[in-house]
Amino acid sequence: MKKTLILCTCILLVTVLCLGFVQMLVTPKYMTDTLDGALIGEYYREKTPHDVVFIGDCEVYECFTPPTLWQEYGITSYVRGSAQQLIWQSYYLMEETLKRENPKAVVFNVLSIKYGEPQNEAYNRMTLDGMKWSGSKLRSIYASKTEEESVISYVFPLLRYHSRWSDLTKEDWKYLFHRDTVSHNGYLMQTGVKPKTSNIPGRPLVDYTLPEIGFEYLEKMRLLCEENGTELILIKAPTNDWKYYWYDEWDAQITAWANEKGVDYYNFIPLAAEIGLDWSTDTYDGGVHLNVFGAEKLTSYFGKILAEKYGISDRRGDVELDTVWADKVAIYQKERNGETQ
Amino acid sequence: MQFTSFSFILFAALTLIVYYLVPRRSQWKVLLLFSLFFYAFAGAEYLFFILYTWFVTFLTGHILQHFADREDAYVEENRATLSKEERKAYRAKEKKKRRRILTVGLVLGFGMLAVLKYTAFAVGNINGILSAFDAKTLTVPSLLLPLGISFYTFQSMGYLIDVYRKKVRAEKNPAKLMLFVTFFPQLLQGPISRFGDLQEQLMGQHAFDGETVRAGLFRVVWGYFKKLIVADTAMIGIKTLIEQSDKFDGIYVFLLILLYSAQIYGDFTGGIDITIGLSEAMGIRLAENFNRPFSSRSTKEYWNRWHITMGTWFTDYVFYPLSVSRGMQKITFGATKRLGRGFGMRLPVYTATIATWFFTGLWHGAGWNFIVWGLLNCLVILVSRECEPLYRRFYKKFPSLSDSRIWHAWQATRTFLLMGLIRSLDCYRDVPKTFRLWGSMLTKWNVGELFTGGLTSFGLGIPEWCVILGGIAVINLFDRLGRETPVHRRAAKRPVMWFATVCALLVLILIFGAYGIGYDASQFIYQQF
Amino acid sequence: METLLKILNGLHPDVDFVSIDDLYDEGVLDSLDMVRLVTEIGMEFDVQIPPEELIPENFQNVNTIWALIERLDEE
Repeated sequence: MKKTLILCTCILLVTVLCLGFVQMLVTPKYMTDTLDGALIGEYYREKTPHDVVFIGDCEVYECFTPPTLWQEYGITSYVRGSAQQLIWQSYYLMEETLKRENPKAVVFNVLSIKYGEPQNEAYNRMTLDGMKWSGSKLRSIYASKTEEESVISYVFPLLRYHSRWSDLTKEDWKYLFHRDTVSHNGYLMQTGVKPKTSNIPGRPLVDYTLPEIGFEYLEKMRLLCEENGTELILIKAPTNDWKYYWYDEWDAQITAWANEKGVDYYNFIPLAAEIGLDWSTDTYDGGVHLNVFGAEKLTSYFGKILAEKYGISDRRGDVELDTVWADKVAIYQKERNGETQ
Repeated sequence: MQFTSFSFILFAALTLIVYYLVPRRSQWKVLLLFSLFFYAFAGAEYLFFILYTWFVTFLTGHILQHFADREDAYVEENRATLSKEERKAYRAKEKKKRRRILTVGLVLGFGMLAVLKYTAFAVGNINGILSAFDAKTLTVPSLLLPLGISFYTFQSMGYLIDVYRKKVRAEKNPAKLMLFVTFFPQLLQGPISRFGDLQEQLMGQHAFDGETVRAGLFRVVWGYFKKLIVADTAMIGIKTLIEQSDKFDGIYVFLLILLYSAQIYGDFTGGIDITIGLSEAMGIRLAENFNRPFSSRSTKEYWNRWHITMGTWFTDYVFYPLSVSRGMQKITFGATKRLGRGFGMRLPVYTATIATWFFTGLWHGAGWNFIVWGLLNCLVILVSRECEPLYRRFYKKFPSLSDSRIWHAWQATRTFLLMGLIRSLDCYRDVPKTFRLWGSMLTKWNVGELFTGGLTSFGLGIPEWCVILGGIAVINLFDRLGRETPVHRRAAKRPVMWFATVCALLVLILIFGAYGIGYDASQFIYQQF
Repeated sequence: METLLKILNGLHPDVDFVSIDDLYDEGVLDSLDMVRLVTEIGMEFDVQIPPEELIPENFQNVNTIWALIERLDEE
């Protein structure tokens, strides 16, 4: 009996180890391709706190550069962005972030309010897989999963990614036990230039009413920030391509909500000229997203607001932060100058 | 809930735990509760249909039993006074009465199946005729087809016939009969059980026995292996071969026949393994549905080894009643006198065989391809029967062949390919197209293409082929190991061995099984956002 | 009994029906043979064998078949 038990325990151990190893192997690494999949997980490497945290979809991780914010204003910040991050995913990320640290302001990009229901499995994965386990993550999974997805495949990603066994790449072996850092405090650098050539507005919609659930989550965000003594700032990034168009009708609804609740809302679309954005040099994909040059201009503009209006203090001079951020800035400059990657 | 969904696995585990936790006399109630929940989970509206079948079955069975009891009591009481003839006449009269009751029950039971499953098919055919006369066509209704309706209807109607035949006593407890109709593991794909076999198994009390549970669980895991490793992986290629049949003709049709044989074997026997295994883990023994069918050496033998419970159902409840019915016998006697023995004696066998296969085809699905499939099977069986004297002469000439292993292997291969060929009718679901593609195997010699990339041109890469072939190899191995005692029972006797094998199978299934959202990192295309 | 053996031999001339115990399980008789057998019995003995009696137990060997015929005649 005892022998049986010992043997079975050994078998179980081997099985679990084997499955665990395969799981690590087949889970996508996002190190050489689709880098945005790695963004959410990188946050946990941060050792020093942030005064500002940006949350939202690609319109935050391609528009705000924390190293610039540090260099120009001494503001410490992090961008918790991921591709097609849905508003409830943003909320739960916010919830998680505010449990881990106590920033002075949280900035949320409102574009994703247009989605009233779960969208795309692949994007869900990129936002959710990177999160550490917590109640927030679990609630976010339940809120986001599409019909074909199951919660258990988030607990054991092997159930989702096992079919990759037949197309493993060198990357999967190289990054089996570690990951590189691909972002600059959540900012994913794009140095290319592809000018915006047309200025087509979005297709007319039948119904411009934003989904109610979006406002429910906005309200939850507001209360969450209030509870934590954090300023909630709503923004809309300055890009306005017809594919991801921001309609005036939507803007009016957000403005009305923000006015009613006393939340600050900045729509950067009409401010593009004031920010100094030049659509022939400041975008890498014809105006859908900003490139690093555009992002720096926007960061610089918004940093001034953060510092002056919200009184977010200049941390430069703090020995620890100075060293940490000096490194970050150096790496940032290096990539910007095309010396790496 | 599909067998391969996470929710089914969770559901089955929960059933098993609760089943052994409650007092033994309540075990059947747990099964009933879970079965109803299982069915409701698929769609609450389906519940109505299965409860209708249950209600018809219970009521008819109850009335039949009442009349049968009265009949027996009367004969018993008047044993002394009744003459043999009087007794016979009374019994015949009573039987007629009961037959009428049975007919009502069968019409009500099969009626719903007919309406739900075959209305669209019938209307489609009527429209075909109408349009030939330029008449106005009817609208084809779209009715919902409740889960497992073919299986539970057949099982319930078999019960009614058994009560009528006095083979079993009607179940007095409506709830217990409900369990017989709804027992969830066999709801999706059978086996079609007989009340006489299942009654004691379902309602009995089953103490927890480690070896039984181990054997059952092993078989469940084994079923998943067949389904997920072989069947579902093969399905990837089969889908493409069917969808693009214009492109994939000739040798690809042959390839499809092979792949589909592997697929249906893995899917069907694997599913049945899950059903029987799960039941066995609860101490409930179900009838076997397969007996190494692909080693059959003739079509007749194949049908004694493949989907056994359906075959015996049709034999007992369609073929025999048709062929030995009074009316048929009368016609036979007349025909024998007028047209000779050879014709007369073939008449009932042929008529009943053709009818049985027609219905067997129809049972598989409402479509001409299924009917043609049934009739082709019938044709093969009858032709080979007519050839029997020929075979006998052949074996007399070559007596060594009847024991030759090579000859047996050839026979098995021939049967396997013939069955596969006929079976491919349910792939293309279009009779003329299937015949055309069969023809292309003879006219289009594109074997060479296979070796210049053809094998991997329809969705199956080298890795997938390896998985399928490896899976088949493992199935063969287990088959060999289980000749005397089935592998799951052998393994259950040795706990450590059992645990090691189950773990190994699980690892293989989890990694190589074709389940979940087919993921490929390359499908994350950045331009999308 | 003689007649019955003659019928059986008519079905399968190469089988020795007297010595075989288990016609059904050994695969000598299949369902199609059974129907033919029942039909011939019906003609020769004037006994109607109902479908519910077409079970392996009744057709194991010559004796069981004979017993079935006698029982049905009696009932």
